[in-house]
Amino acid sequence: MYRSNILVCGGTGCTSSGSEKIISKLWKEIKIRGLEQEVNVIKTGCFGLCSLGPIMIVYPEGSFYSMVQVDDIAEIVEEHLLKGRVVKRLLYKETLDGEKIKSLNETAFYSKQKRIVLKNCGLINPESIDEYIAMDGYCALGRVLGKMSPRDVIEEIKMSDLRGRGGGGFPTGVKWELTAKSEAEQKYVCCNADEGDPGAFMDRAILEGDPHSVIESMAIAGYAIGANKGFIYVRAEYPIAVKRLNIAIEQARNYGLLGQDIFSSGFNFDIDLRLGAGAFVCGEETALMSSISGKRGEPRPRPPYPAVKGLFDCPTLLNNVETYANIPQIILKGASWFNSIGTEKSKGTKVFALGGKINHTGLVEVPMGTTLREIVEEIGGGIPNGKKFKAAQTGGPSGGCISIENIDIPIDYDNLLSIGSMMGSGGLIVMDQDTCMVDIAKFFLEFTVDESCGKCVPCRIGTKRLLEILNKITSGNGTIEDIDKMEKLCYYIKSNSLCGLGQTAPNPVLSTLKCFRNEYEMHVNKKKCEAGVCKSLLRYEIIEGKCKGCTLCARNCPVSAISGFVGMPHEIDSDKCIKCGICMQKCKFDAIIKH
Amino acid sequence: MKTLEELKKIRDEARKNINVRNNNPNDIKVLIGMATCGIAAGARQVMKEFINQVDKKNIRNVTITQTDCAGSCEYEPRVEIIFPGNEKATYVNITPEKVSRIIDEHIINGNIVKEYTIGWNN
Repeated sequence: MYRSNILVCGGTGCTSSGSEKIISKLWKEIKIRGLEQEVNVIKTGCFGLCSLGPIMIVYPEGSFYSMVQVDDIAEIVEEHLLKGRVVKRLLYKETLDGEKIKSLNETAFYSKQKRIVLKNCGLINPESIDEYIAMDGYCALGRVLGKMSPRDVIEEIKMSDLRGRGGGGFPTGVKWELTAKSEAEQKYVCCNADEGDPGAFMDRAILEGDPHSVIESMAIAGYAIGANKGFIYVRAEYPIAVKRLNIAIEQARNYGLLGQDIFSSGFNFDIDLRLGAGAFVCGEETALMSSISGKRGEPRPRPPYPAVKGLFDCPTLLNNVETYANIPQIILKGASWFNSIGTEKSKGTKVFALGGKINHTGLVEVPMGTTLREIVEEIGGGIPNGKKFKAAQTGGPSGGCISIENIDIPIDYDNLLSIGSMMGSGGLIVMDQDTCMVDIAKFFLEFTVDESCGKCVPCRIGTKRLLEILNKITSGNGTIEDIDKMEKLCYYIKSNSLCGLGQTAPNPVLSTLKCFRNEYEMHVNKKKCEAGVCKSLLRYEIIEGKCKGCTLCARNCPVSAISGFVGMPHEIDSDKCIKCGICMQKCKFDAIIKH
Repeated sequence: MKTLEELKKIRDEARKNINVRNNNPNDIKVLIGMATCGIAAGARQVMKEFINQVDKKNIRNVTITQTDCAGSCEYEPRVEIIFPGNEKATYVNITPEKVSRIIDEHIINGNIVKEYTIGWNN
């Protein structure tokens, strides 16, 4: 028995800020003081507060230490673990209330969250099946195989109103039912872990923090639809997730939770991993299955849908990581518990990866129906440097923007669609007043142009032409006709592309056009970028009255575009200027402005 | 894995190791004075004995942790036991040999071992 557990985040974020070194230093210091029989160090999955990493929690007190450095470890072990004195200077500031230490659940970041999918993330060691079992892991599989018929399982999932968390929001129970009804000798269960949206890392966190929940759920799905084989398609760029999945699958096999005759029910099920090489289009279901079967990752027209003809031409059930992670909880706590959470048509919770101009970059799970304002201002801790909120981007390259007018709309599948965005897989990028919306549209278009597989013309050529027009506008050569042309092209691409990638690629353009058309017009008519992002439209200027002639700007200008005598106001030659902004950073008298 | 019972057995065994993460307010708290004075008087051995005994006797609802110096260093090693919602009982000059009796009589059966408490001899 250990009197104390130290949980150190071993997710990708904290690993990159050095949590591995912290763990080895912890063990070293613990051994020096002879505490190794009393104190255990556990590497967990993501806690969510990625911006404050490396993070650790010390139990039984529940003290939450943030931004821990290797040099702090000796002090923590000596003071806290040996003598029982919490090292207050390293505590997460939000947990300090004068002299009192609040629990984590009382802080703004955690109090509004509801963790169903992430319930084990940051609490258990993902490389230990025993710890997963201690949290009632595999009980749902046991119950399903012992007490429920496949029909019962599907009914339960249908009643829960769970919808696909990959972005589309298709009812999960209906998908299971359709696949179950397809008659075939062989069927498959697949998991889409090819998380490709820029700024999205929900699925990675689940796989890193609680891989068994996905494995258990896939086995349940296999039983429900009549499949004995599963594949997880995960990107090779997620090495920690791949490693933990491999460990988890091996452990489940050793315990007989995968393999033959699971729980003496006669049900056989096993899972293999397939690594994706990082093509965005492989997140599309038909392309994903083509890639699993060893072919080029290209989509094909639907129907037939995977429920009828999927992997190796057999009926296949494909769900996203987060969707699967909900299933064991629904089985254990019941469909009525699950659909008591959320809004009328979107039940349960949604995990969002908060990024961009926000104080608490990280991972949050909130009930459906939470407003964007709550996520940004309360959970996310607001926008840094006192800047103003301008918009949030959801759904990545397939999604759109939510502008300030809609900040109080409860977020669910249907509301987001009605305001021209989409739920997407859960990337949520916050933008402040210094963001140019035309530039954002261009960024996502560059991404889709790069990632278009090239199979169909509207997507391959259409997105390229779209990007050209955007480049024309941001370089100051756009005309008002270009905006209309662009809009027409968007609708053309949407209605004629083969798969979801092309059908949604114009969304960032359409949605920014809808909410921020004035910015496009400003770029075209006045050749002005108000946010000061589009370099071709920028001009740096020295205010004569403020310039002291210190020559600092001139000495730092990389292209010698600034001239002037010592003690006299300087001048910028705008033909030479490359708009790097160094002069403005260097000037001590705020004498340089951009417009 | 053949039966649900087998799974539950693993679960109960595994819960022992993660119990401490529950931060359960209903746990009985055992606080051991672990300032410099306590350590010098042998508090580390007392703590180890508590951990061993609680583990051996398979008691689940106990949190063992440290507390600071209370100012009367001559009474160390000092152990405070708090049942949820109750006054704390303070034991003084505790040695590893006395631990077993405190656990049996106080933690398991709820009877304070009066002769180990502060003020008993005065």
